[in-house]
Amino acid sequence: MRPPQTMLDKLWAAHEVTRREDGVSLLWVDRHLVHEGSHHAFAKISERDLPVAEPGLTFAVVDHYAPTRNRSKIDAPQIARMIDTLRDNAAAHGLRLYDLDDPRQGIVHVVGPEEGLTLPGLLINCGDSHTSTHGAFGTLAFGIGATEVAHVLATQTVWQRKPRSMRISVEGTLGAGVTAKDIALGWIARLGTDGAQGHAVEYAGSAIRGLSMEGRMTLCNLSIEGGARFGMVAPDETTLAYLKGRRFAPKGAEWQAACVSWASLASDAGARFDREVTLDASEISPTVTWGTSPEQALPIRTPIPDPASLPPHKAEAARAALEYMGLKTGDMLEGTPVDQVFIGSCTNGRIEDLRAAAAVLKGRKARVPGLISPGSARVKAQAEAEGLDRIFIEAGLDWVASGCSMCVGMNGDLVGEGKRCASSTNRNFKGRQGRGARTHLMSPAMVAAAAVTGELTDVRPLLVGRVT
Amino acid sequence: MAGWHTHQGQAICLPVANVDTDQLIPARFMSVSRADGYGDYLLYDMRRDATGALRADFPLNAHPGASVILAGRNFGSGSSREAAVYALVDAGIRAVIAPSFGDIFAANAVNNGLLPAKVDDEGYAAVEAAVAKDPQSITIDLDARRLTIDAATIHFTIDDSWALKLKNGWDDIDLTRNYCEAIAAFKVNRSQTATWAWPAEVE
Ligand code: SF4
Repeated sequence: MRPPQTMLDKLWAAHEVTRREDGVSLLWVDRHLVHEGSHHAFAKISERDLPVAEPGLTFAVVDHYAPTRNRSKIDAPQIARMIDTLRDNAAAHGLRLYDLDDPRQGIVHVVGPEEGLTLPGLLINCGDSHTSTHGAFGTLAFGIGATEVAHVLATQTVWQRKPRSMRISVEGTLGAGVTAKDIALGWIARLGTDGAQGHAVEYAGSAIRGLSMEGRMTLCNLSIEGGARFGMVAPDETTLAYLKGRRFAPKGAEWQAACVSWASLASDAGARFDREVTLDASEISPTVTWGTSPEQALPIRTPIPDPASLPPHKAEAARAALEYMGLKTGDMLEGTPVDQVFIGSCTNGRIEDLRAAAAVLKGRKARVPGLISPGSARVKAQAEAEGLDRIFIEAGLDWVASGCSMCVGMNGDLVGEGKRCASSTNRNFKGRQGRGARTHLMSPAMVAAAAVTGELTDVRPLLVGRVT
Repeated sequence: MAGWHTHQGQAICLPVANVDTDQLIPARFMSVSRADGYGDYLLYDMRRDATGALRADFPLNAHPGASVILAGRNFGSGSSREAAVYALVDAGIRAVIAPSFGDIFAANAVNNGLLPAKVDDEGYAAVEAAVAKDPQSITIDLDARRLTIDAATIHFTIDDSWALKLKNGWDDIDLTRNYCEAIAAFKVNRSQTATWAWPAEVE
C-alpha cells in the first residue's frame, strides 16, 4: 500500500511532467494569469519570436495600473502606456483580456475565482506573489518572476523544486470581530516573515473549515507574507458551493467528474508534514501591524513594544520601524490617530470584506478621509445591489472602481508622505503605499473602526448589537 | 546570459533585515522598459533624500564600484517583481550574501546571473566583521561554494541546480525545449483524464 500522502504530494504528482536528476520538477500549468506588469515577459518571448504556447489557458487582467476614477480618459501617460501594452500583447497572442470596461474586470486574484478559472486540483501561475490566494480552493498556486512568466508563456510549464510541507491547524471558534486576517497576522507575528520559507502551507482544523471561501482566500493570500509560496485549503462543500455555476467552471457530467476527482485531494489521514503548527482560535484577537514588516503585528489592545525586549536579531529592525512609523515604545496601539483609511486589495477587497466594513460604518460618520476600492467590478455591482455603497458614501468615504489601487499605488492612489493609513492590504513595507507612507495592516472591520474613531480601535465594542 | 564560476569584487555592508522588494525598487519605477536600465532606481528611497539627491553616507553611494552586498536576513522578501533583481544587476551587483532570501527573489536572481549566497550566523558574522567599516575585496568561488574575504574563508549554500544554472548561464526556455515531447504527451494524457481541467466553453 502506498504511504499516506499530503495534498501537496497529490497536486505535485498530478502536474509533474518530468523530474530531473537534481530533483527539480517540470510542472504543467493549467492556468496562467498575466497583468500589466507582465510586460517584461512578453518582451522576452517576442525577442525570440516565440508564440504563447496555450492562449486558451492564458488570461490577461488589467488591475495593477487600473485607474479607480475617470477610466475612460487616463491622464498619466506612463499608466496609459502600461495598460495599452497589455492590450497589445493580449491582442497579438489571442488572449482573453479583462479590460477596464469589462463588467468582470478586477484584481487578478479576485477575478480568477469569480470566473471559475480557479478550481481545485489545478496549478495556477501568475507573475504576482499573492497568487498563493488561489490555494484556498485546493489549488497549487504560486507567484513567479518575469523570466518564469516568459517560460510559462512559451512552454505552459514551470521548473520548480518541491517545497517542504507544513500544516497550520487552527482549532476552535473565532470570536466575534475576529477574522482570517487576524489568523494570518497572528501566525506571521509568531513565526516571522521567513517563518514558512521553503514550505507549502496547508491550513486545517475546525476554524479553517468554518471559514468562507473569502476568508480562506485572505489566509492563503497572506501566506507569502510568512515566507511560504503556497497556501492551501482542502476543497470541501464550501468550495463546491462557491464554484458551482461559475462561468468557466465545469458543467453537467464534467462537474460530476471533477467533484469525484476533487474529493480525493485532501491530505490522507496519517500523512506526515515536515512541520506542524497548531493555533487556538479562541486566543486570536483583532491584530494590527505596528512596524514595516507584516511580522511586526500585535493584538490591538497591546502597548507598542520596546525593541530592547525583542530578540537581538529583531531589535534593530524594530527600532528602525518605530522611527519610520513615528511611534513610541510603551504607547498603546489602540488610540493611535490615523490620517486616512483604505479598504480593498486581493487580500480583503471581496464582498464579505465590504459587508464587514459596512456593518461597522452603517449610520456612522468617518472622522478621516478614506478610499474603498472593491476587488472587482462584480464585487462593486454586488455591493451596490446590497446598498453598501450608500453606507460608505454616507459615512464620508470615497467609493471608487476596482483595481489594486492603494495597495501598491501604481495607479496613482497613494498615501501621502508621513501620513498614517489604516489599511486592509497585505504589505506595510516602507514606501509601499507611497514614499514615506505609514501603513497599519488590519482586517476591513478594523479599518472601518479606525475610520469611525479616527484612531486605531478595537472593532469589537462597535459591533455590539449589530448584525454582522 | 554569460555563466560564471568565480567573481572578484568589492563587498559592502547593508546590515538591514527584511530589505523587501518595494525597497529594492519602489513601484513607481516599474513601468520602465528593461533597455532603459534599472540601476538608478536601486533602493531609491533609501539612497536618496526627499529632493532625490544621493545620501553621501549610504554605502552604495559611497562605493559605487561595489559588486557584492552583505545584507540581513530575509533579503528580497515580498513581491515577485523581477525588477528588484534588474535594479541590482544593472547597478553592477553580482552577488548578495545573506542569512536568508525571499524564495521568489532568489529564483529571479538566479535567472539573471545574480548569486543569492546563503550563509549561516557564523558566516554572516565573519563577513560582517570584515566589511562593517570599509568595503573589502572579496572572491567568490561558485564551484567550492566559498567566499574569501580578508584572511577569512566562509562557506555559503545554494541549491545545486541553481549553482549549475549560474555557472552555465543557462536559459530555461532553451533547456525545456528538450522536453517538448514529454510536455506534449503530458498534455494529451491530462486532457483525457482530467477534461474538467480545461476552462468550460462559454458563449
Ligand atoms: S491588490 Fe496588491 S497585492 Fe494584490 S495583486 Fe494587486 S498589488 Fe498585488
